[in-house]
Amino acid sequence: MSYITKPEVRHPALEENALGLTRRDYEGAMSTLCAGCGHDSVTAAIVQAFFELEIPPHRAAKMSGIGCSSKTPAYFMNESHGFNGVHGRMPAIATGANAANRDLVYLGISGDGDSLSIGLGQLCHAIRRNVNMLYVLENNGVYGLTKGQFSASADVGSVSKRGEVNRHGPINPVPLALTLGATFVARSFSGDKKQLVPILKAGLTHKGFAMVDVISPCVTFNDHEGSTKSYAHTRTHNFEVVQTDFVPLMTEITAEQDRGDTTAVTMHDGSTVMFRRVAEDYDPTDREAALSYLRASQAKGEVATGLLYLEESGADMHACENTVDRPLVDVPFGDLCPGSAALEELQKEWR
Amino acid sequence: MANDDIDRANDFALKIGTVNGTGSASANAMLMQAIFRMGVPVSGKNLFPSNIQGLPTWYEIRVNKHGHLARTPDFDIMVAMNAETYQRDIEEVVSGGYVIYDSTRPLDPDILRDDVTFLGIPFADMCVENFKGARVRILMKNIAYVGALAAFLELDVDLIREMLAEKFAAKQKLIDSNMQAISLGYDYARENFECPLPVHMEPMDATSDSVILTGNTAAALGCVYAGATVGAWYPITPATSIMDAFKEFCGRFRKDPETGKNLYCIVQAEDELAAIGMVIGASWCGARAFTNTSGPGLSLMSEFLGLAYYAEVPAVVFDVQRTGPSTGMPTRTQQGDLFTVIYASHGDTKHIALFPADPEECFYFAVSAFDIAERFQTPVFVVSDLDIGMNDWMVPRLEWDEGYTPDRGKVLTAEDLEAVEEFHRYEDVDGDAIPYRTLPGVHPKGAYFTRGAGHDKYGGYTEDAEAYKEVVDRIARKIESAAAAVPEPEVRMAIDAPFGLVTIGACRGAALEALEQLEADGIEISYMRVRGFPFHPSVAQFINDHEITFVVEQNRDGQLLKLLTVETWAGKDKMTSVKYYGGLPLSAHHVVQGVTEALEKAGRLPAGKA
Repeated sequence: MSYITKPEVRHPALEENALGLTRRDYEGAMSTLCAGCGHDSVTAAIVQAFFELEIPPHRAAKMSGIGCSSKTPAYFMNESHGFNGVHGRMPAIATGANAANRDLVYLGISGDGDSLSIGLGQLCHAIRRNVNMLYVLENNGVYGLTKGQFSASADVGSVSKRGEVNRHGPINPVPLALTLGATFVARSFSGDKKQLVPILKAGLTHKGFAMVDVISPCVTFNDHEGSTKSYAHTRTHNFEVVQTDFVPLMTEITAEQDRGDTTAVTMHDGSTVMFRRVAEDYDPTDREAALSYLRASQAKGEVATGLLYLEESGADMHACENTVDRPLVDVPFGDLCPGSAALEELQKEWR
Repeated sequence: MANDDIDRANDFALKIGTVNGTGSASANAMLMQAIFRMGVPVSGKNLFPSNIQGLPTWYEIRVNKHGHLARTPDFDIMVAMNAETYQRDIEEVVSGGYVIYDSTRPLDPDILRDDVTFLGIPFADMCVENFKGARVRILMKNIAYVGALAAFLELDVDLIREMLAEKFAAKQKLIDSNMQAISLGYDYARENFECPLPVHMEPMDATSDSVILTGNTAAALGCVYAGATVGAWYPITPATSIMDAFKEFCGRFRKDPETGKNLYCIVQAEDELAAIGMVIGASWCGARAFTNTSGPGLSLMSEFLGLAYYAEVPAVVFDVQRTGPSTGMPTRTQQGDLFTVIYASHGDTKHIALFPADPEECFYFAVSAFDIAERFQTPVFVVSDLDIGMNDWMVPRLEWDEGYTPDRGKVLTAEDLEAVEEFHRYEDVDGDAIPYRTLPGVHPKGAYFTRGAGHDKYGGYTEDAEAYKEVVDRIARKIESAAAAVPEPEVRMAIDAPFGLVTIGACRGAALEALEQLEADGIEISYMRVRGFPFHPSVAQFINDHEITFVVEQNRDGQLLKLLTVETWAGKDKMTSVKYYGGLPLSAHHVVQGVTEALEKAGRLPAGKA
């Protein structure tokens, strides 16, 4: 834990993006999480992804619920509005915010406690509505802030720090999201920034609900032998089934596209996601195949990672609701109020 | 037989007992509309079961030339169309009244009364003879009783024809069949009974400046006129029809002329927890957003409401109260949510609330609610009830001031932010306890972290006692100051009256009618109806200025009286509770009885009235 504020000095050689901003401009307050927390690595990956995508920080909105992971939006992008809501109900706030202003980039940060217990219903319904947002689920199988109880994602047989053994089956957000019709489903590992950053970038670009389940070990309560969400366990059982590269719009796609084992999916804004299969029979554009592969790999105790499913043609909430293209917050009052003549006319029907 | 000497024109009540799901609602609406169009004040109360088809349902119509339109339990005419409820329906008619029933089958002699007149009309037989198909026959039976009532009450049949023509427009066949059913009832009544009855209609001119609508329709229209763009909700009786109406109005008034796309977004949430969350999210982004709910939903919203209070996010919540606790009686009315609304959520919370009495106020208060919510950056409740929300009320025609501009409160624009050195979200810059707010996406300098966790005036996380207190104390001052922004109480002072009456919401009609009756008995009582919370300072003054103040409300625990005790400096010993909470709309007799009993107990009843 640290309350030291970060110095405002900037190294002159810091790389700038097209907006003239450096990575420092995408950072936030000093993290107050435990040293070595997986969540801080996810935060670093988020900073990298926003920096590389050249998103002006003030055009992003950081949404979160309650829990360790939900605290992290304070630790990146100081120039973005953030909303730390109530437990498990970040999806509702994000849905309402998105309904009001569809032009912002919405990033939801949640954890397994926040998303898979009280928040499970809201997560499911945000998927169902295909709310245009990136939803990062920082998954460590444990309640950190209340000191080490099992969460709903803890595996059967997982042992807590106090020696209790978990007997209840886990809720696994990846097959759940796939079953619910999510249009973007990924799993990654906080310790693998190389894999995580392109996934986050693709998720931010995706038009619709992008769910990224990030195994993010809890160093204090769940990083011991017997935990299936520890650094060691994840490193040994992590199996990247598909490698993802995100190619932004305006960047020339290299000859790599033509390689036999590579698939390119064009995103809504024209950028491209390149998939390179690692597992021979894995197809990230076939929901059924992806689901059955994941079921099989889960049975083997593997943690399959990568951008596991992508469908860019799904209609998002606004498309379903036929909302105007401009944000509702920008519609002038004159266009919203029918006025006195209309009221008079309407009331003729009430006589 | 009824007393023919008394002129009962335009002053009577009738009740229609049917089975729900048989189409009687449209027949009853037609009846009420015909009375209204004859220029006579009228109200309709729909007493329906929590069921879709097959259970007993009633519709009560009160016709009153003086404009007293609260519910009355004294029915001059009963239209008994449901054999299952014959017995209790017949019992409810006043002595000297009339029972119109379907004489296709004889009535059980045990339930007959010799102090009422039975008017049997073979509705079922007539409809079987004249119409084909079971469904049509059932529907037409309802229309036929409207025809019979037209004869008994001397309703204008041409008016009914005109209404049918409007309703069915080009469908001549439907107009014809409905008119045929009207004639069946009308002709039979005229041929077999003396028409009209002593209780009957005479044309007046007391409705030309009025309209008929429900509070929920009016509230929805208020949302449209206030410029609300996001509505999030979960279906619940009796609040559902607000969003239904909002959707309908938006379909009419909120299409982008160029693209035909929607200038609104309605989200049917997975539950009330999500519904209020969406409203908070949308308001946080700068939209005018609302939700509509009733008691059980309000309980679910409680946690989020505390967040909105503390993080200072506007929200508009329509609470259409129904009978609690728990599921209670979902299709009956009550005013049992007052505590829940005012103190919703844990910790020190207190909310601004507006209490409309009828659909007219639902419209205007809906608009005010958005202004107040944005001005004070906090949730604002519009608290109505099932009676206001779902029943047909005759109210003055609504008007819209073209000069209205929404009060968006203290929101900094990009230019404002460009000009300031630094922005601090919760700082009391102007000394009015209301901080400045920024919206996401507007300017990098406007960014801050909205949180329900302890925060200081700069918006930063804190666990510091003083920094925490500074913010919550300011919020308390802010909410207190809203007393001047909510609608002032409605007051009718009786000269030198020793007694006062304070009431709320839909009790208005019954209370005013009761005061007239009491005044006729020599009991002078001043009247005040609170229309907003925090209470206006004049409320405590009113109570303290009277020897006894009767607090009239519709809940068991006297919630308004308790709020007045806790939230004003009025003396508790000055107030006496007059309560009715059985789920039906309040009647004048409840108030007269309650007040009389209390006066008697206090030894203050005028001589001869005890």
